[in-house]
Amino acid sequence: MLGKGIIKGMAETARNFLGSYVSAERLTTVQYPEQRIPQIEKARQFPFLVFDGDDPMKGLRCVACQICEKECPPKCIYIVKSKDKRVDYKGQMQLYPATFDIDLSVCMSCQICVEVCPFESIKMDTAYELSTTDRFGGLMVNKHQLAKSNEHYRHIHPTDAAASDAALAVEVAKAQAKAKADIEAKAKAAAEAKAKAAVITPVAPKPVAAT
Amino acid sequence: MTESLDQIFVTLKHWLLSGFENLLKWLEVAPPDWLMPLVSMVLSLAPILMVFPALFAITTVLERKGLGRIQNRYGPNRVGPFGFLQFAADGIKAIIKEDLVPRAADKIFHFIAPVILVITAFTVYAVLPFGRNMVAVDLDAGLLFFFAVGAASELAVFMAGWSSRNKYALLGAMRAVAQMVSYEIPLILSSVAVVMITGTLSLTKIVEAQSTHAGLLPDWFVFTPWGFMGFALFMIAANAELNRSPFDLPEGESEIIAGYFIEYSGFKFALFFLSEYLSMFALSGLGITLFLGGWNAPFAVLDFIPSWAWFFAKLLALIFLFIWTRGTLPRLRQDQLMNLAWKFMIPMVLVNLVAAALWHFTGPGWMRWLSSGALVVGAYMLLGKPQFESKDIGKRTYRFAD
Ligand code: SF4
Ligand code: SF4
Repeated sequence: MLGKGIIKGMAETARNFLGSYVSAERLTTVQYPEQRIPQIEKARQFPFLVFDGDDPMKGLRCVACQICEKECPPKCIYIVKSKDKRVDYKGQMQLYPATFDIDLSVCMSCQICVEVCPFESIKMDTAYELSTTDRFGGLMVNKHQLAKSNEHYRHIHPTDAAASDAALAVEVAKAQAKAKADIEAKAKAAAEAKAKAAVITPVAPKPVAAT
Repeated sequence: MTESLDQIFVTLKHWLLSGFENLLKWLEVAPPDWLMPLVSMVLSLAPILMVFPALFAITTVLERKGLGRIQNRYGPNRVGPFGFLQFAADGIKAIIKEDLVPRAADKIFHFIAPVILVITAFTVYAVLPFGRNMVAVDLDAGLLFFFAVGAASELAVFMAGWSSRNKYALLGAMRAVAQMVSYEIPLILSSVAVVMITGTLSLTKIVEAQSTHAGLLPDWFVFTPWGFMGFALFMIAANAELNRSPFDLPEGESEIIAGYFIEYSGFKFALFFLSEYLSMFALSGLGITLFLGGWNAPFAVLDFIPSWAWFFAKLLALIFLFIWTRGTLPRLRQDQLMNLAWKFMIPMVLVNLVAAALWHFTGPGWMRWLSSGALVVGAYMLLGKPQFESKDIGKRTYRFAD
């Protein structure tokens, strides 16, 4: 019959209306500034730049490759490369960001910058009370404000941080192995060259005949 | 005592009026002819201009709290005790906001649309009887006046939508006009049944016709088959006239953002809001007057409670009904809206007129209940069946992209 569904719906909402006064379990919301729900581990809000060591500016992992700047859908990242290079965690010479700004008012928390960064240097933070009284300058977050330590990352996203640390450890191990191999290869090459030189000197024309 | 409490506002007005007259006499000023009627008019209108906006303020808070509870939330509870001063915060915010007018808008019409809307919303109160002897202007054709003035709000809505030069505003305004024109017919025809029975267009006389008590139930028209159906149709049509959920297509947030008042901000936006609620109270008041016995008490023993208290109690009950439906029903689609109006509501009100006639001409006794009731119920079953019965479309199957 016409109207049956309406009556059913009205009964349901009436039950909610009255029930919310009797049983507190029905109320799914919390009284926010006083009460807070613990965040889930995957919570994400706004990116930050990871640094290692004690000095935020020296320890930034970011190498100013600008991949994130190009990939960010709303284009809210602004990077200026440095003129000089410095040694990164792998011991290689790398650029670093002279300027790294993210516009808080534009960022949509999509995490794409994090996904594309090949250097584990930008991650999502969980802080959500980001409002400011200065709507022009206050919403432009610079690299000093963005830099947060790796310990902070381990604290807010333990699982992801462990994965990231492992990935970096692999990279470092690879780099070290490569460096070692390089050194060995160099030493070998040098030794060979020496040996060759020693062998070659007396019988000079022989290799030519061999080829 | 009861009598004086009932008439307290009327006495107060007379007292103020004679006081003013005495003051003039004492000052030895001869008042011009037009002065005393003007003062009397102002004294009648001032309470309306104060009470209903105050009711609007309280209703906005109550509505938000009620909707919150319906959705198992708290609703506003920060400003003032239990959040009841929320309206003050909202009002201050609305007033101090920047008033933006689109560059391409028709400035004059953009400005006067909310003004006209508020004026029409206030004007209809003139003929509503709020209590015994409490009506600002006792027109013989009060009902006609109410509908004639109320229809002007459609003009204002379209003016707002058209002058904004915004596609959403225009779409909203066109939806609003289509909807209001369609539902104006059931709204008026459902009240025509009452006019047929009482034989008068004066709202005070209609209330008087319902003031007797026959048997257990009071003689309110809602307690008759045609009156009940008429009241239901009236309330549905009123809901549509007010653009309230489930008929909020003209301002459907998910499709056209705010519809016809999308380009209004600050105080003008607040005026739209105010007029929407004022019309809600006015139409509820009309529904009370036509079907719920106006300011009459339901039982003779309860007559000691003043008449105006009864009116406002009924008004609050109807406001609660509006909030309740808003919290329950989802928005209709445009074609469903038109189907409901033209294929169900309008045939139904026409049948209802016949039922009212049957009731009148069958004379007292159980026969009138039977004939009129059978007609109404039968028509309801028959008309409601074809389009609104949920069709069995089988089990829903899902195909996922792979
Ligand atoms: S989270 Fe998304 S929007 Fe924000 S900076 Fe990263 S890529 Fe840009
Ligand atoms: S954050 Fe990552 S992707 Fe972005 S510039 Fe720095 S290293 Fe490159």
